[in-house]
Amino acid sequence: MPELTFLDAISRGLWEEMEADPTVFLMGEDIGAYGGAFKVTKGFLEKFGPGRVIETTLSEEGFVGAAIGAAYTGLRPVVEFQFIDFIACAFDMIVNVAGTSRYRWGKGVPVTFRGPWGAGGRAGPFHSRSIEMWFAHSPGLKVVAPATPSDAKGLLKACIRDNDPCIFLEHKHLYRRIKEEVADGSPAIPLGRARVVRPGEDLTIVTYGMMLHRTMEAVAALEGRSIEVLDLRTIYPLDRAAVVESVKKTGKVMTVTEDTRTGSIAGEIAAVLCEEAFEHLDGPVVRVTSPDVPIPFAPTLEDAVLPSVKDIAGAADRLLRY
Amino acid sequence: MNGRDSSRALDLYRRMLLIRRCEEQLARGHQRGLIHGACHTYVGQEAVAAGVCAQLGAEDVVFSTHRGHGHALAKGVPPRELFAELLGRATGCSRGRGGSMHLFAPEVGLMGTSGIVGPCILQAAGAAYTFKLRADGRVAVAFFGDGAVNNGAFHEGLNMASIWKLPVVFVCENNQFATEVPFSYSAGNPDVASRGAAYGLPGVAVDGNDVLAVDVAAEEAVRRAREGGGPTLLECRTYRTRPHSEGMPDFTYRTREEVEEWKARCPLARLRVKLLEGGTPRNWRRSRRKSRGPSRTPRSSPRKVPGPTRPPRPRTSTRSRGSCPRRPSAPLARSRSCRPPSRR
Ligand SMILES: Cc1ncc(C[n+]2csc(CCOP(=O)(O)OP(=O)(O)O)c2C)c(N)n1
Ligand SMILES: [Mg+2]
Repeated sequence: MPELTFLDAISRGLWEEMEADPTVFLMGEDIGAYGGAFKVTKGFLEKFGPGRVIETTLSEEGFVGAAIGAAYTGLRPVVEFQFIDFIACAFDMIVNVAGTSRYRWGKGVPVTFRGPWGAGGRAGPFHSRSIEMWFAHSPGLKVVAPATPSDAKGLLKACIRDNDPCIFLEHKHLYRRIKEEVADGSPAIPLGRARVVRPGEDLTIVTYGMMLHRTMEAVAALEGRSIEVLDLRTIYPLDRAAVVESVKKTGKVMTVTEDTRTGSIAGEIAAVLCEEAFEHLDGPVVRVTSPDVPIPFAPTLEDAVLPSVKDIAGAADRLLRY
Repeated sequence: MNGRDSSRALDLYRRMLLIRRCEEQLARGHQRGLIHGACHTYVGQEAVAAGVCAQLGAEDVVFSTHRGHGHALAKGVPPRELFAELLGRATGCSRGRGGSMHLFAPEVGLMGTSGIVGPCILQAAGAAYTFKLRADGRVAVAFFGDGAVNNGAFHEGLNMASIWKLPVVFVCENNQFATEVPFSYSAGNPDVASRGAAYGLPGVAVDGNDVLAVDVAAEEAVRRAREGGGPTLLECRTYRTRPHSEGMPDFTYRTREEVEEWKARCPLARLRVKLLEGGTPRNWRRSRRKSRGPSRTPRSSPRKVPGPTRPPRPRTSTRSRGSCPRRPSAPLARSRSCRPPSRR
């Protein structure tokens, strides 16, 4: 089995879907000869040609609108945003037009919107955001945020095959930092299911994206404690059952998100637990998040804003002793 | 050149030299790992910022884009505040929170550079609306690249400015590439200046590597705006001779020869030749003494940025700048020697 980086796995997933389904095509800025800002589509132009690897103009709203039109008429566009922050430029097209289509007209829009998200790269306020909740809150859209190469590949395939619009988030800090063996032709992984990364008895930590890796480091630092770690993988639809099942066993839940505090998925998880597992809770639901500020440029500030391994371990330790 | 012309030309030369030297230092700082994140330099395009900003007063405003160091310097942001920003220091013009793409210095009329391509065009139109309503004779300028002219913001902004006859100048720096995508591929109509006609406003194309030509074209556009004649679209045809962003590969989408060809059309070298045609300009020494800034600043390096080396405190408030005590190190901002003279 080939060992793939997070980035290679995404690339492979795209490649295999394009080989398998001639209606799948790519749109995005600099994705052609240049292979994309992060090189996810390197070699695609040569293999699939300019008809299926479309170099777009610098006009997000424009090409997203066009992608939706193509999706209505039988194609499956995969749209890359050079940085996921720029998806904001196409907001209306996604939340109003694509997101509500199935409910309004009974017609799904099979478009996948993908791109690099997240902080840690000293990229400043317009190239570092966590945008998952803009779309998780908007009915009709699915939001996926994998943390490992195999999940990235399998979930991307599921997004492309889905008959409704999906937002697929690729944490740019993970692109070249993690590796895993992933089989060629590996299957799609169903959307909407969390994964138990590590079983435990005393505390459940729910997280996703780059924070999964920080959480695992924190858990390793708290050796001897029995902590269950749940990787959401899909932000919406939220796998409520998996969270509830876990808390029935551990009685305590902590969430770790890179996303800012107010309105993050952490609040939704706390609400779900209150509704569906209140009698199983042995302590408050604790949120470890970034504060409600944009991601700053200065390395010192950026590091201060993001939850650190120490922050996570400290909060977990306090909750365990609650 | 007569005396007046040559002192004008010297002023433009100095502005360009300041930008060139600063960019070279910043690029070096990036290579040495002192500067993080993206760093889009302005090398090769200096004539545009210098020529346009020379026509602006301190009260006029500029909205810029991701490649904004040159606009910031030309509008009067002290180099030290620019350097400090890229180094992530509290003494930077955005207190280290923004970095290369988010420069802000309203006190000199730099109303912000932006890491998102496009909106500067709309914001300049909005600022021009303020000036029109107040009838205060101020002018707004938007700088943007050829990539931005295929964005909706360009079309919407030009049309609004046209129907409301706003005092704004839209300066397209057509350096022929958006990252690596050639404008000849991305533009249905690659003649940017002619697009002005689509919205009923004058469009002027000018050699963007000839600062004197930019100066003349900008003079007319700014005068038109100031006198109530409405907006102008100014297309400056130019080229960036460094990679899109520091550290990126450069010869996959364009050839070494093409870059060398454009280096030979360096706006500084071209003006230098003109300046020296009649021997050393007579007023060189005098005018140099008058505004000593640029010729000395360029020697600074990222390591030597004065002021506290202390990084910004990890304060995370989103309080607006207005309510924040601004820059205790005021002398930096005020150091007159670094600021180009405002208007002629
Ligand atoms: C809305 C938006 N989309 C994409 C980008 C990514 N991006 C940054 S610079 C750039 C190319 C811009 O080209 P141009 O406007 O010609 O300016 P130049 O870099 O040539 O100065 C792109 C696509 C962005 N910053 N903002
Ligand atoms: Mg360009």
